Amino acid sequence: MTTAVADAHDSHDDHGPAKGLGRWLFTTNHKDIGTLYLVFSLIMFFVGGAMALVIRSELMHPGLQFVHPEFFNQMTTMHALVMVFGAVMPAFVGLANWMIPMMIGAPDMALPRMNNWSFWILPVAFGILISTLFMPGGAPASGWTMYPPLVLQTGDAFPFLIFSVHLMGLSSIMGAINIIVTILNMRAPDMWLLKMPMFVWTWLITAYLLIAVMPVLAGAVTMLLTDQFFGTSFFLAAGGGDPVMFQHIFWFFGHPEVYIMILPAFGVVSEIIPTFSRKPLFGHDSMVYAASCIAFLSFIVWAHHMFTVGMPLSGQLFFMFSTMLIAVPTGVKIFNWVATMWRGAMTFETPMLFSLAFVFLFTIGGFSGLMLAVAPADIQYHDTYFVVAHFHYVLVPGSIFAIMAAAYYWLPKWTGYMYNETAGKLHFWLSTIFVNLTFFPMHFLGLAGMPRRIPDYSTQFADFNTMASVGAIGFGLSQLVFVYVLLTSKKGVTATARVWEAPKGLEWTVPSPAPYHTFDTPPIARVKQEAFE
Amino acid sequence: MSHADDHYYVPHGSHWPIVGSIGLLFLMVGVSTWLNGAEAGFWVMLTGVAVVVFMLIGWFTTVIGESQGGLYNAQVDKSFRMGMFWFIFSEVMFFAAFFGALFYARNMSIPWLGGSSNNFFTNLLLWEGYESTWPTNGPGDVGGEFEVMPPFGLPLINTAILLTSSVTVTIAHHSLLAGKRGILTTFLALTFILGFAFVFLQAAEYVEAYEHMNLKLTTGIYGSTFFMLTGFHGMHVTIGAIMLTIIWLRVVKGHFTPDKHFAFEAVAWYWHFVDVVWIGLYVFVYWI
Amino acid sequence: MIRKSFLGLPGLIGAGTAKADWALNMPKGITALSAETYDLHMMVFWWCVAIGIIVFGVMIISLFKHRKSAGVQSATFSHSTTAEVIWTAIPCVILLLMAVPAAETMIKLEDSRDPDVSIVVTAYQWKWHYKYQDEGVDFYSSLALPSVDARRKESGIDPYSVDNYLLDVDRPLVVPKGKKVRLLLTSNDVIHAWWVPELAIKRDAIPGIINEAWFRAEETGTFRGQCAELCGKDHGYMPIVVEVVAPDAYQAWVDTRKDGGAQVAQLEN
Ligand code: HEA
Ligand code: HEA
Ligand code: CUA
Ligand SMILES: [Cu+2]
Repeated sequence: MTTAVADAHDSHDDHGPAKGLGRWLFTTNHKDIGTLYLVFSLIMFFVGGAMALVIRSELMHPGLQFVHPEFFNQMTTMHALVMVFGAVMPAFVGLANWMIPMMIGAPDMALPRMNNWSFWILPVAFGILISTLFMPGGAPASGWTMYPPLVLQTGDAFPFLIFSVHLMGLSSIMGAINIIVTILNMRAPDMWLLKMPMFVWTWLITAYLLIAVMPVLAGAVTMLLTDQFFGTSFFLAAGGGDPVMFQHIFWFFGHPEVYIMILPAFGVVSEIIPTFSRKPLFGHDSMVYAASCIAFLSFIVWAHHMFTVGMPLSGQLFFMFSTMLIAVPTGVKIFNWVATMWRGAMTFETPMLFSLAFVFLFTIGGFSGLMLAVAPADIQYHDTYFVVAHFHYVLVPGSIFAIMAAAYYWLPKWTGYMYNETAGKLHFWLSTIFVNLTFFPMHFLGLAGMPRRIPDYSTQFADFNTMASVGAIGFGLSQLVFVYVLLTSKKGVTATARVWEAPKGLEWTVPSPAPYHTFDTPPIARVKQEAFE
Repeated sequence: MSHADDHYYVPHGSHWPIVGSIGLLFLMVGVSTWLNGAEAGFWVMLTGVAVVVFMLIGWFTTVIGESQGGLYNAQVDKSFRMGMFWFIFSEVMFFAAFFGALFYARNMSIPWLGGSSNNFFTNLLLWEGYESTWPTNGPGDVGGEFEVMPPFGLPLINTAILLTSSVTVTIAHHSLLAGKRGILTTFLALTFILGFAFVFLQAAEYVEAYEHMNLKLTTGIYGSTFFMLTGFHGMHVTIGAIMLTIIWLRVVKGHFTPDKHFAFEAVAWYWHFVDVVWIGLYVFVYWI
Repeated sequence: MIRKSFLGLPGLIGAGTAKADWALNMPKGITALSAETYDLHMMVFWWCVAIGIIVFGVMIISLFKHRKSAGVQSATFSHSTTAEVIWTAIPCVILLLMAVPAAETMIKLEDSRDPDVSIVVTAYQWKWHYKYQDEGVDFYSSLALPSVDARRKESGIDPYSVDNYLLDVDRPLVVPKGKKVRLLLTSNDVIHAWWVPELAIKRDAIPGIINEAWFRAEETGTFRGQCAELCGKDHGYMPIVVEVVAPDAYQAWVDTRKDGGAQVAQLEN
């Protein structure tokens, strides 16, 4: 006990980071942990992207060229799990770690040791998941949705899949608890809730969603485990269960999950557009209400993924109506961003470019989402490439672009140097062109009748598939420009504290790079001075 | 002590999380290989459990030390409270998944298998003659004939035990606030004794079910929901009772003051949560 | 031996919609409900286009007019209750306009009462089994042999040289034109989905459950579809072919199958 006290004592001295590997293994500093998350996420993006490239290479031409169908399915499954749980979610948690304490004037996250743990569970989870590729029977091949009874045919990988999902859940829940507590308890005095920056708000709501639904996913996969190994009958009709029950539980998690991947993106874009429009965010409060509305609705729409399972008519109609409603609050957000730009004085640095592309392309993805919500039409679209097109539009030029925008926006604050703007713009234009070349043709493929999750297809689908594959390779290579920007990020001109011309928020009142410890005492005066709208 | 009042305590560096992650790695890999049929997996799993327990003890010892050392100001205390609240909320949602499965089975899948709603042909062509009832082990009679667990024997006693323990822990809490140490120690002890008694009786019930009633985890959907819900609940009671014991030991050592006793309250909240879940269980699993 | 189709792409775009196998849109199909579904699809699509034109239009104007390099001074307004009410209300109205016809179609889709022909469809990894309830005809239907040969990795067979590569079966489902056909779908192992775009039917085949679907084909011809729920390694290789024939031809077909059908089924079991 005495050592603990002694330990704690010098923590109040203004010390820098520890030296060596120990810094990263034992750190409780929100900036270090944020960096860990972001680096991990980038690695996973490349791993998941490499898997996508296997998929796209196989689909470049009709006929089987490179992989066997079983392996193809493994790639589809792993690609999605790695991208969703390994790339997008950790990237946003990393941004939250880095920025939220700085944005609300807190000395660190509320529960710093647990913060470390929520990160260090992730490498374990993904180590286990990726190791399944080398197991007898291969990696899981049932799609990321893990529907029984198919998932029960997984080989040795099965329990590893279940437990890695448990670990991802554990990590997300702890991360989310930390973020909620930080936001609710660590704000500088005078930072009223409705004054909080939009990124903080959207994360507050996201964290709530995470705590509400990750345990449900844990429950669902636990039932898979016991059905497989302990003879329970949750998903077995003969025993009184129902395979479709899994789908209900899964999507009760799964639909809020997709908003978990987009709400922080909304937050990022709501920070960036005002900065480069030189105009306050339009309708700050209505943005908050809209995000809350989206979060609420996300709990009652799940079965729009299940219009073909044979639900009773009343269920189909209910889920159709509730799903369509989500277009309203989402529309409010889009309109508010447009109104923010309207009569602003815009400039187009890389973060702004990515944010603008986000607004355009996310809206297109939203439109196809709305089409999917129309139940009779969804019966035609379901499980085709039209759905694949929809969700890649909201996830890649949606979530991923927002992450890129955030990275460019805050990079100077993190490193203390301006990044290479030319390379940034190149990265943007290449990404935008190729992302559309990859995913736009998938709409046509789906409408023309190409099912998803197939390794080979009839010759009439060949041309659009070739386009998509070329686009995917181009998009993948374009991301190497981003790596170049990161590797040279400490070579540019030094950045000022404000970095941009007129950004709002406490994070711009500390020097660049941000010192290892910020806001040891709450910045009362600065909160007043920044006068949040 | 003085600086605790104006500074939010941020620990620097801790090796416990990484120890915990290593423990989890062994634990998960161990269970998985064991389930896949490798004997050695069991021992790997035990190693993992040991490391995790070691981590928990170490981590909490550190935190208790810091707390007793006066490093935590009111704001830190509030963070802990909020953290505990949201953790319990996540537990509620975990149980919600299993309750959801129970409701779905009782109100949807079982009636459908019996031919209701748009499932006339499900019954006619696949499960002819099956009439939906509850409890049931399904149209395939999975697990064979079984007896239903009656609600008014052991389960009722267990309900009484848990409800009483909820009262005793509240009395203990009030005594803590009033500074009456004697009553506090007695009633806290009573609480965890009742907790362990509950676990013991629950175990007896399971033995009864397995040995004499042919009611097992494998008894169709009734057995599945019965054992998964009561089993996870029992696990939580066990953890809660262990935590109560630890809190009791701390009380005996003289920890906690009327205005600083987060750990005590956290455990009390947890205990009430376990209690509320039990009431849900008693009503929906045993009774109606 | 794989044709480098990408090289021919510019030409194809020129040929465009004239080529039947280069479909851009959902087929109108051959039932009343597939046409309704198509209309719904187009209606929602055009609404989205219209909204898109307005939203993107305003944005693009803004991007050109309100840029710093054009020397403008930024305004300072940050809310307008009127505007917000308007752009909450209008989408609600539009959604209602979509939801009503969608609900009507949905209700019709679910009404599978009083069929003329009733077929039990059982899915297997990876083939279909059809059993005509009243006619005493039943048989399996799986991927046709030319595709089976060509689909293997390194088979050396050009997929383009195979007719209806991956979309052909050994024994198609035969149904009469103009009659209400009801499918009773279930599965023997994992979940599959029976999908024929032209009939606008996609319904999951779930083990232990029977799902219903129905259609009334208004045209004769051969219509192709595929399994639409991931069902394991050969999910991409369990196509569906439906032949819609005139009622008397259908009756003739049933009569020939009745004798031979039983034998075929036996051979296969
Ligand atoms: C970031 C992730 C994300 C987001 C934000 C969304 C947003 C939406 N999604 Fe999507 N969706 C996914 C990720 C996402 N989705 C994924 C991953 C899947 C597939 C999972 C799988 O099967 O593997 C999926 C699948 C999916 C389906 C199931 C398809 C199927 O399998 O058959 C449906 C059906 O309703 C759907 C609907 C919607 C709707 C209505 C929205 C809405 O939120 C969109 C709202 C936005 C707009 C509408 C645009 C902007 C609005 C305006 C400009 C206002 C005015 C507009 C109108 C009035 C029209 N989605
Ligand atoms: C956030 C989530 C996310 C992201 C970012 C992506 C990104 C991409 N996805 Fe993803 N995808 C999903 C989520 C995501 N996807 C989900 C949920 C599914 C459904 C799965 C299922 O059906 O179960 C899916 C399914 C899916 C399919 C359908 C598979 C099938 O049905 O069989 C396809 C096919 O084209 C595809 C393609 C791509 C491509 C080309 C990208 C690109 O954007 C990726 C670009 C990135 C790179 C290419 C990395 C760059 C790397 C290099 C340049 C170097 C290479 C490195 C080495 C060789 C070491 N995805
Ligand atoms: Cu059968 Cu997919
Ligand atoms: Cu959804």
